[in-house]
Amino acid sequence: MAKAQKPTSNHGGLLPFYEALQLIRQCEERLGQLFADGEVPGFIHLGIGQEAVSVGVMSVLGTQDTIASTHRGHGHALAKGIPLDGFFAELLARADGVCGGRGGSMHVADMRVGMLGANGIVGAGVPIALGSALAHRNRGTGHIAVSFFGDGALAEGVLHESFNMAALWKLPVLFVCEANGWSEFSPSARQIAFDLEAWSAAYGVPCVGVDGNDVVAVAEAAEKAVALVRGGTGPVLLECRTTRVRGHFEGDAQKYRTADEGDARDPIAIAEARLRAQGIAESELAAIADEVRARIDAAVTKARASGPASFAAARADVYTPLVLGEAC
Amino acid sequence: MADLRYGAALNRALADAMAEDGDVIVMGEDIAGAGGSFGVTRGLLDRFGAGRVIDTPISEATIAGAAVGAAMGGLKPVFEIMFMDFATLTMDAMVNQAAKARFMFGGQCSLPIVLRTPHGGGLSAGPQHSQCLEAWFAHVPGLKVVCPSDAASAYGLLRGAIADPDPVVFVEHKGLYARKWDAPDDLAVLPLGQAAVLRDGRDATVVCYGAAVHLALAAADGLAAEGTSVEVIDLRTIQPWDEATVLASLARTHRLVIVHEAVEAFGVGAEIAARMADVGFDELDGPIVRVGAPFMPVPFAKGLEAAYQPSAAQVVAAIRKAMGREFSQEA
Ligand SMILES: Cc1ncc(C[n+]2csc(CCOP(=O)(O)OP(=O)(O)O)c2C)c(N)n1
Ligand SMILES: [Mg+2]
Repeated sequence: MAKAQKPTSNHGGLLPFYEALQLIRQCEERLGQLFADGEVPGFIHLGIGQEAVSVGVMSVLGTQDTIASTHRGHGHALAKGIPLDGFFAELLARADGVCGGRGGSMHVADMRVGMLGANGIVGAGVPIALGSALAHRNRGTGHIAVSFFGDGALAEGVLHESFNMAALWKLPVLFVCEANGWSEFSPSARQIAFDLEAWSAAYGVPCVGVDGNDVVAVAEAAEKAVALVRGGTGPVLLECRTTRVRGHFEGDAQKYRTADEGDARDPIAIAEARLRAQGIAESELAAIADEVRARIDAAVTKARASGPASFAAARADVYTPLVLGEAC
Repeated sequence: MADLRYGAALNRALADAMAEDGDVIVMGEDIAGAGGSFGVTRGLLDRFGAGRVIDTPISEATIAGAAVGAAMGGLKPVFEIMFMDFATLTMDAMVNQAAKARFMFGGQCSLPIVLRTPHGGGLSAGPQHSQCLEAWFAHVPGLKVVCPSDAASAYGLLRGAIADPDPVVFVEHKGLYARKWDAPDDLAVLPLGQAAVLRDGRDATVVCYGAAVHLALAAADGLAAEGTSVEVIDLRTIQPWDEATVLASLARTHRLVIVHEAVEAFGVGAEIAARMADVGFDELDGPIVRVGAPFMPVPFAKGLEAAYQPSAAQVVAAIRKAMGREFSQEA
């Protein structure tokens, strides 16, 4: 499974970034289509426009570093290396889904690649990342935990508790705020009273702000932030200013939204411009996009061939099987 | 055999579990330096160090959420919530995260976490420091709920809870911490899900847990003097509860009373009664009777609290009612 493996942004290492951006973008576009066609049930929240955050941050993480994600978590999962087949089968609610068809978009997880779960509860992943960081430290793994959350989640109590606790205990956790300006159907500016950097400083947590639509900028900022976190001085906050291109969820009519939000700065277009400036041929970019499309086609075909999620298997996973059996 | 206090038994269980398994950690408010609000974690800091015995800020939601993440990372966190009333602040982590992680991630992980917390009244602690909320947790698929009644079972069940691969809410009774019992030096680890028949009887079965066990035993003593033989079952684990043991007892006595300190309405007793009315219908020779607190918050004033908490006399009356003798003698 191709994944952005620590490419260095300076000398030509941008191509793996580009491929990872394409993968997330095309997966989500495909999911949007599958949702519209009725093949993906439930709610899906697309992160189109925010891909550079996932790709940039994950480019400086190893497989054993852990991440706790959000309701808008496809990009996080894909960039962390979740296998495409299991991912699509999960979103199509099939037996071969990485979560057996019990999680779906909002609860997709893959412990094997350190993806501790998307989360249907705003802010809930933050203490989970904190606990994961505690485990890394106590068990001496040398790995770190990353907590992704949106700017709307800044209003949740656990965010504030977790910043305090992580700073107090100097835990190896990187906080990544994806500031897309929206908190569901309301501008975040109407929900959050504080400036992120000043707020973070009050907890003694250094804050690094970055253009979240430029994968190179995110990767460079993440590299510095992660180096600090790995150094053991405690948590760092990475504020990625980014753009939610689609509605809050697929099917959102967005009547609350006007057209004057300015130009969406597309992470893929930004990466392409950089690549062209490095002399990468158009045909090479097209070939990457085509290769990604073929992989997605194959994964969707496989997912469609998988059987429906099994009720018996689901029922059996409420508790870990024991001699005594599960509750009645 | 030696005298053993409930609180000391819990302390020993934590120490033994920590000595045996380096992944067991203990967290909570004032549990390290201060040894816990009820002294249950006393001495653990000196023995196991600040890396494993962790004083937390007053952040229940994040303590519980962090326990989930820590368990995903291979630790076995045991965290104390100072009063069960404060467990309300852990609800997202317990109900939406811990309880569902194994299920919703397709069996990818088990979360061996234990939330230890004291419930119950008797201390004039008032409406926000006295509640018995175990039924809330027992209602959530994915959680287990335990409530020991004496020192030996407190030890055994806490060891069992820590060894259990799934999230356990371990409920202690404040009124029992200082009580002592004769206990063997070599305490057994008890698996969850098994009730104990504390007293054999022919005429009626009383199912109870936690401090209510002692009301049931007192009621059984009183009725024995009249020639009524009462079987007392200490449930020990509330979720999953030991249906087989209760049904087998009902098949002998044909009368069933359920006692707990939690409010009667929508409680643990309601579930047991409904289940026995179904699978045990043919065995029943009388109504299933519940004894629990009235449907009101726990009051502060001593007299009010005493009137609120179930009594042995109420248990006696309930047994008589279950036996169809409610009018034959005064309760
Ligand atoms: C505890 C909780 N409250 C409310 C919601 C409903 N909800 C889902 S996403 C969302 C907005 C979150 O905004 P933000 O954190 O900025 O993430 P974004 O959607 O912008 O990615 C809300 C209110 C929820 N899922 N959980
Ligand atoms: Mg937002």
